[in-house]
Amino acid sequence: MSYITKSPWIIHYDGSSCNGCDIEVLACLTPMYDVERFGIINTGNPKHADIFLITGSINEQNISVVKQIYEQMPEPKVVAAVGICATSGGIFKECYNIMGGVDTVIPVDVYIPGCAARPEAIIDGVVAALGALDEKKKALDARPKISDTAADSAMGAASDDSVDGAPPEPPEDPILPGDDVEVKYYGAASEDEEAESAADGSGGGQEEGSAGDSGKEEA
Amino acid sequence: MAKRTVIPFGPQHPVLPEPIHLDLVIEDETVVEAIPSIGFIHRGLEKLVEKNEWPEMVYVIERVCGICSFGHGWGYCKSVEGNLGVTVPLRAEYLRTIWHELGRIHSHLLWLGLLADAFGFESLFMHSWRLREKVLDMFEETTGGRVIFSVCKVGGVRKDVSDEKLAEISAELNGMIPELKELTDVFIEDMSVKNRLTGVGVLSKEEVTELCAVGPVARASGVASDVRLDGHGAYAELGFEPCVEQDGDSMARCKVRIKELFQSIELIEKAAKSIPEGDIDVKVKGNPSGEFVGRMEQPRGEAYYYSKGNGSKFLERIRVRTPTNANIPALVKMLQGCDLADVPVLVLTIDPCISCTER
Repeated sequence: MSYITKSPWIIHYDGSSCNGCDIEVLACLTPMYDVERFGIINTGNPKHADIFLITGSINEQNISVVKQIYEQMPEPKVVAAVGICATSGGIFKECYNIMGGVDTVIPVDVYIPGCAARPEAIIDGVVAALGALDEKKKALDARPKISDTAADSAMGAASDDSVDGAPPEPPEDPILPGDDVEVKYYGAASEDEEAESAADGSGGGQEEGSAGDSGKEEA
Repeated sequence: MAKRTVIPFGPQHPVLPEPIHLDLVIEDETVVEAIPSIGFIHRGLEKLVEKNEWPEMVYVIERVCGICSFGHGWGYCKSVEGNLGVTVPLRAEYLRTIWHELGRIHSHLLWLGLLADAFGFESLFMHSWRLREKVLDMFEETTGGRVIFSVCKVGGVRKDVSDEKLAEISAELNGMIPELKELTDVFIEDMSVKNRLTGVGVLSKEEVTELCAVGPVARASGVASDVRLDGHGAYAELGFEPCVEQDGDSMARCKVRIKELFQSIELIEKAAKSIPEGDIDVKVKGNPSGEFVGRMEQPRGEAYYYSKGNGSKFLERIRVRTPTNANIPALVKMLQGCDLADVPVLVLTIDPCISCTER
């Protein structure tokens, strides 16, 4: 765990689990296993969280809750499916109200097996999630910043499209579907800020390949 | 009249690990009405009875809930055994009783911890859960599992535990008593805990009877209802008296569970001393063809297990009514007129198990 420098915070949501895994997730925080000594804290606020631990499978009622929590979490974020129900549906797979594992709704990075998943397995899974978090952070940092001209032409293309439907000129530095174009390029930012971000991003314009991985999760 | 506002509480919130949703209608800071809505973890496992043969179904029923898992397994087995007319050997009944009471200790310690967490006493939460781990170790030593152990089957139990091991467990539990006393004294004596619990969420004996509350919620209001009184398992031989309090407030509900902690230790000690020699299971022949209702006293209260067979390998219907389901009307009553800040504590005092309720 030496590679992670910040304390990862966890948010836990009980999908439709039987409580076994939830209680084991909580047991990880208590003196016997005590993950808080690594700076891991269970938070109730999705906007504070780095790792999303979800127990139990997905059903009609909780599908929107799970999506909401996931969307509210800031990037980079990692999802860990705890227990066999979250992984595949487990013993409840054939129930009429079960849609399957968590990966039917949101992308999952780490699968933690077990019924119920043991605290040791959960801690192991969280450590694996830290690795995934670190990779995602690196990918996020290495993501190409779009140059000033590209942003201008992107804006131009968007407005052209809406006015007369003519095919836009391809920008010099194309914006790939995986790239997360920051909002400030689309208007609100002042000219100073734009110039600043252009200066920052001028070097890394060509590393499209490495950004592809992080883009997949957002699609 | 003050302006009424509706505050949604849940399903994802920091108080409970489980999703329950309440719409709280408030006037200023006072809750006027609470409207519960459930169904976030409904799985529909009763329907799995059509896909699993009845001896296998016990694995599914055990996963109704991961906290009182053993009790659910026992309840199902009791129901099917009644259906088939099977008499379970006494040693198996004793072992079941011991595991069930161990489950009660672990469940009540878990609840005490969550309650402490709800009123913001973090170190008390940690200490409760530290003691609970010792009980889980006993489960692991005797059954191989920590929370779900599938050791109960129709006709008996799957694993025997030697008398020496049982004596060891009983001695270890007795050794825990001073630590438990220290912990529970904080709940009963500490000023800040008293302030949060005494006089909060009072239910009278009449209200409890009218709302059909079960378990510690009923017993805290002076209703001595406890299924263990019917003497199933080894309770008749062990001599059982329910723990009752009269005040009906959150403190009384806390005291009932604390008393039951020590009572369970006592019951396990008695059972470990008087457990008879013999088989741990009987061979079960035939398929269930009638109807039977088995009742169990779970840590949270009375639970029903209904089974209907049609003479085939597959049961026709299973129905489980769990204690939290019965206690939700009592909770709604308690929440009327309480302060908004007391809602988390009140929700916890019924010891809600949402995955039981929704199955």
